[in-house]
Amino acid sequence: MTIDRKFIGSQSKPFDADVEKGRLRLFAKAIGEADPIYFDEAAAQEAGHASILMPPTFLFCLEMESPDPYAWFREIGIPLPRALHGGQSFKYDRPAHAGDVMTFNSEIADIYDKKNGALEFVIQDVFVTNQHGDSVASFRRSIAIRNA
Amino acid sequence: MATPNFSSVNVDDEIPSLNMPPMTRHALAIYCGASGDHNPLHVDSDFAKEAGLDDVIAHGMLIMAYMGRTLTGWVQQDAIRSFDTRFQAMTCIGDAITTSGKIVEKFTDEGESCVRVEIAAADQTGEVKAVGNAVVALS
Repeated sequence: MTIDRKFIGSQSKPFDADVEKGRLRLFAKAIGEADPIYFDEAAAQEAGHASILMPPTFLFCLEMESPDPYAWFREIGIPLPRALHGGQSFKYDRPAHAGDVMTFNSEIADIYDKKNGALEFVIQDVFVTNQHGDSVASFRRSIAIRNA
Repeated sequence: MATPNFSSVNVDDEIPSLNMPPMTRHALAIYCGASGDHNPLHVDSDFAKEAGLDDVIAHGMLIMAYMGRTLTGWVQQDAIRSFDTRFQAMTCIGDAITTSGKIVEKFTDEGESCVRVEIAAADQTGEVKAVGNAVVALS
């Protein structure tokens, strides 16, 4: 089974996600975070932040706040049981804190295969801006599909 | 945190590592909820077995989060310009992840003094789960 290359360049509908204090606290717990600027507002403010600081990989999580984050997998035909996260990269422009609102715009940058189709890759690019329209970060997600 | 400065660091300097306890289903359940990544491959053993795996596997992004903690334990987060990871092996229940990182390059980018840090996450047997690199600006 191969994924139709016609989906290269297709874009998802933009959506907004709130950077929530409680959610950042839970995330800090989930990754064993020990630095209080990631879960304690007073500590974050003492360190010069507006509120709890959003950690470096959390934007990937917020991108999953869209109503149905795996909808586009189904639309382009990525079989979830055979999909693995191959790689992830982030470029950072400015920090974000609890209380900020992120807007996500994403597109499928590439679809290709390796090993005569035994492995297929779908590359998703995501661009994130804040409520002021400033770029916060962009990130690239590489999904590997095991066809054999 | 005492953020290092550019002139005091050298290529091959290591950054402090992070040692995590063995991975548990409980940890994956909490990450599932906290991350919003509800892919059943990480929390539902039945689904994982149907997908041809022996059991659930950790989210790659949980491993990358440990690598991110390694960076933010060393420098302030706003110094991180980019952070890339390639996932190389599955992290299974019981795997204890240790991260490591070292400076591999010092350079100037658009007038900004930067270092490139290679960072890895491996388990108790030394199997590398993920490798990555980050560009960090140092004054």
